[in-house]
Amino acid sequence: MIDLGTFASDSVLAVPAAAAAVLALLPGYRVSARLNVFASLLTFAAALTLLFARPEPGLYLIVDDVNVIFIVLNTLVAFTTAMFSASYIAHELETGRLTPTFLRFYHAMYQILMFAMNLALIANNVGLMWVAVEIATLTTVLMVGIYRTPEALEAAWKYFILGSVGIALALFGTILIYLAARSVVGEGLQAMAWNVLVREAGGFDPALLNLAFVFLLLGYGTKVGLAPLHAWLPDAHAEGPTPISAVLSGLLLNVALFALLRFKMVIAANAHAVAPGPLLVSMGLASVVFAAFMLYRRRDIKRLFAYSSIEHMGIIAFAFGMGGPLANFAGLLHMTMHSLTKSAIFFSVGHIAQVKGTQKIADIRGLTESHPVLGWGLVVGVVAIVGMPPFGIFMSEFLLVTSTFARQPWLAVVLVLGLLVGLGALFLRLNGLAFGAPQGSTAPVQASHVPMFVHLGLVLIAGLYLPPPLVAWFQHVAGLLGQ
Amino acid sequence: MAVILDLLVQGVQMSLVLLLAPLLTGFVRKIKARLLRKQGPSVFQPYRDLLRLVRKESVLAENASWLFRAAPYLIFAGIWVAAALVPMFATGLIFSGSADLIAIVALLGSARFFLALAGLDVGTSFGGIGSSREMMIASLAEPAMIMIVFTVSLLARSTELSTIAQFMLSPSVGLRVSLGLALVALMIVALAENARIPVDNPATHLELTMVHEAMVLEYSGRHLAMIEIASYLQLLVYLSLLGCVFVPWGMAASGAGAAAYAVGAATYMAKLAVGGFLLAMFETAIAKMRVFRVPEFLGAALMLGLLATLLLFVSRGT
Amino acid sequence: MNGLLFDVAHLLAGTLVLLSFMLLYQDRMFALLNVFALHAFVLSLSVGWQAFIQDAPHLYVTAAIALVFKAIVIPVALRRIVLRLRIHHMIETVVGIGPTMLLGMGLVALSILVMLPVTSGTDVLAREDLAFALSVVLLGLLTMVSRRNAVSQVIGFMSLENGLVLAATGAKGMPLVVEISVAFSILIAFIVIGIFLFRIRERFDTVDVHALEMFRGDRP
Repeated sequence: MIDLGTFASDSVLAVPAAAAAVLALLPGYRVSARLNVFASLLTFAAALTLLFARPEPGLYLIVDDVNVIFIVLNTLVAFTTAMFSASYIAHELETGRLTPTFLRFYHAMYQILMFAMNLALIANNVGLMWVAVEIATLTTVLMVGIYRTPEALEAAWKYFILGSVGIALALFGTILIYLAARSVVGEGLQAMAWNVLVREAGGFDPALLNLAFVFLLLGYGTKVGLAPLHAWLPDAHAEGPTPISAVLSGLLLNVALFALLRFKMVIAANAHAVAPGPLLVSMGLASVVFAAFMLYRRRDIKRLFAYSSIEHMGIIAFAFGMGGPLANFAGLLHMTMHSLTKSAIFFSVGHIAQVKGTQKIADIRGLTESHPVLGWGLVVGVVAIVGMPPFGIFMSEFLLVTSTFARQPWLAVVLVLGLLVGLGALFLRLNGLAFGAPQGSTAPVQASHVPMFVHLGLVLIAGLYLPPPLVAWFQHVAGLLGQ
Repeated sequence: MAVILDLLVQGVQMSLVLLLAPLLTGFVRKIKARLLRKQGPSVFQPYRDLLRLVRKESVLAENASWLFRAAPYLIFAGIWVAAALVPMFATGLIFSGSADLIAIVALLGSARFFLALAGLDVGTSFGGIGSSREMMIASLAEPAMIMIVFTVSLLARSTELSTIAQFMLSPSVGLRVSLGLALVALMIVALAENARIPVDNPATHLELTMVHEAMVLEYSGRHLAMIEIASYLQLLVYLSLLGCVFVPWGMAASGAGAAAYAVGAATYMAKLAVGGFLLAMFETAIAKMRVFRVPEFLGAALMLGLLATLLLFVSRGT
Repeated sequence: MNGLLFDVAHLLAGTLVLLSFMLLYQDRMFALLNVFALHAFVLSLSVGWQAFIQDAPHLYVTAAIALVFKAIVIPVALRRIVLRLRIHHMIETVVGIGPTMLLGMGLVALSILVMLPVTSGTDVLAREDLAFALSVVLLGLLTMVSRRNAVSQVIGFMSLENGLVLAATGAKGMPLVVEISVAFSILIAFIVIGIFLFRIRERFDTVDVHALEMFRGDRP
């Protein structure tokens, strides 16, 4: 009798890998798109199973309290994005922006990306996680450049260079962590396993841990998009196909942040290591304020929401930097909510850009009149992302601001300032986009809006009523994250 | 009695360098000519040149100052003392307490200083060109030399050349990458300081390409003889430095018998011959650099010296 | 630890740092490729020596991978790409050679200053290995930053990866998983590089990355 947990964790990896292999060979578009969606659904189902049946922690894979919700979230967003991608790519084929040869490539890369992200989440080996993040980076680089326009190539090249440098620095940090662990645990695989690291971290050399964390923050922080390491993010979001923007914002940033969280847990377990809080707080705040101001001058709709992603990643980093049960809880909740909301926004933006034929904000007007479903979906999404009640992001931001105010009032003031500036910018742009006289093509959009509604619905429900098991899980992990 | 003997040995060294220097230069010239399939002048030609120059009248420009007349003697004195201090066939000579590497570098530096001043003294444009180029080269060669001194001294824990030579002979030196880098850097600095190709052509007659020769254009007679022998001595000093620090085998220890001294002297001459031969080959094989490229060349020496010093901190023992 | 064993390791790692410096000032494409090939060769020697000292046979595999891939295959392939792109005549304006070298020196000093105190608990060999590895990584980063040509930036990145391999082998006992993965990702990265270089040349008729800046979207 196969252990259900092991089977589920193995399928979370095996299904995308197998799907990638098959999709690389299938020529037809319809079949590929359906297979893509189906494979993502299977992966999601496997991830749900992991909620109930977990495998024993092995040397390579582990499913514990910290990553189980993330893997479910990851596969859910992957599934809905696959649904969105099916209709989006059909349109790209019709307009000729994407040739059929690239379709096999696109779908195969999509599944490889899912495989890599899932592997990064459930890996128990620090090095294996690094490899998975590197594979994910490389696949997204290839996909950002898929349109092969000059802008797309520039974006992909910049992303490649910055991402590779970040990954290299992260590897150096990983090596240093291994060195720190080796003197306590001994050589070999157990010196790289998460559960062992967290357990034994109290005896590690603090100086080595400090240095390692600096490298890891620089490395994985580049992948998260924290200022001043964010330079690749806006271009990559704007120039790649919109499903990739949704996956980048909603998933890849989260996975990189998850890696940082794991390392923060290791550092937190050592009493003498310098608390990583101040570094995270300053980078987070810098990202929030910087991105908030940059939002005003954006003229491209996808770039606008890319900067919004930078802002939110800054908020999350700030939350984890502040530490403590409340702020950690807020950070975790924000990660989940942001992932769902931002991908929903990109779903609607994708269809909008397609139907209007342009990504320039100045050329898109009056969406609520010409395309009511998309228009109001965008309005709801933006209202959710800026942190208005009753949506989930309001909860996490409120928690964060109140807990920060209790401890460091000045930081809370700066944070609120950043949030308000961002809110202003987004509402200003939304006004032009959604209301007023319609501009541009008014052709109807033949696409399923289910993914967008599912995400926004989940965010709304979370804002109104967060299920107790979820609350308990968040609290438990927040406790593990320490100060 | 022992003191007299020691003084005698030191005196032997001082006269030996004076005798050997022109021979070394003559040897290098002969090898260069042979490599170019020419007969070349005799190896004793530099002696004849010096004799000829001493017997000639020294012609001075009207506006030459006292410095112009004094400089050749000062230059000769500085370099001769430096040559006397570098251990050649024996370590632990009576003056070796003052044979500090930094002192030797300072002596050579002051000799160069006076030469540059003399070049400027009469006010000709070629002298000015020579002096300014010489100073540009010096501004990079001096730091490089100091870095080499640091590297070697940090390893041997002393700046005294005798101690350094003894350290290099001992087994504790090991195979060090810093020493390799310092060796290459010292070779580059030696080429630059001795006005050899690729930095400067000692046989050129085109004034615009000159560096060292341009500074001494105005000299004649016995002054020129002093400067010539000073430059021969300088080549000897650098080759001896290379031999003493990096190829120290064969040197007699202090207080050893006459046989050891003889062996030391023989190996020393062999080292000079090999060094001269390698120099001749290198000069023949490579072309002279344009003047604005010289800082890059010397910059490389400086970098190598810096790197050699830095790498010492990561190695064992220091 | 036998003095000679350490000295040879130190020699090889020091040579690697020296070659990283040499990469900084090369301004002709073929010379750059040759120095990089030498860099990878010295890396493979260093890894092989570590395998010998640590008695870790799996490191010989890493040394072989470094030798075959990075010292032979990649320079040959890049040479072909350079010839096809017709940029081998190009003389690159390397930004201020003097200041770059001094900055490089500063980076080496910095990495020694940082790594030595932090690793005071480990053995001498690992310490010097890590200090040199960090120097090579930082020098590779400097190479990438001071270059305008896409191929040169890629070579700077590969020398950075060489430094990482040096660090990984210095950390005694690190499992082969990471080593094979590093090699694997080198391969993938190369494929990506190849694709991009051709695309960039197709679109811009140059691989000067400054030309790309014209197309940087969204100039406010």
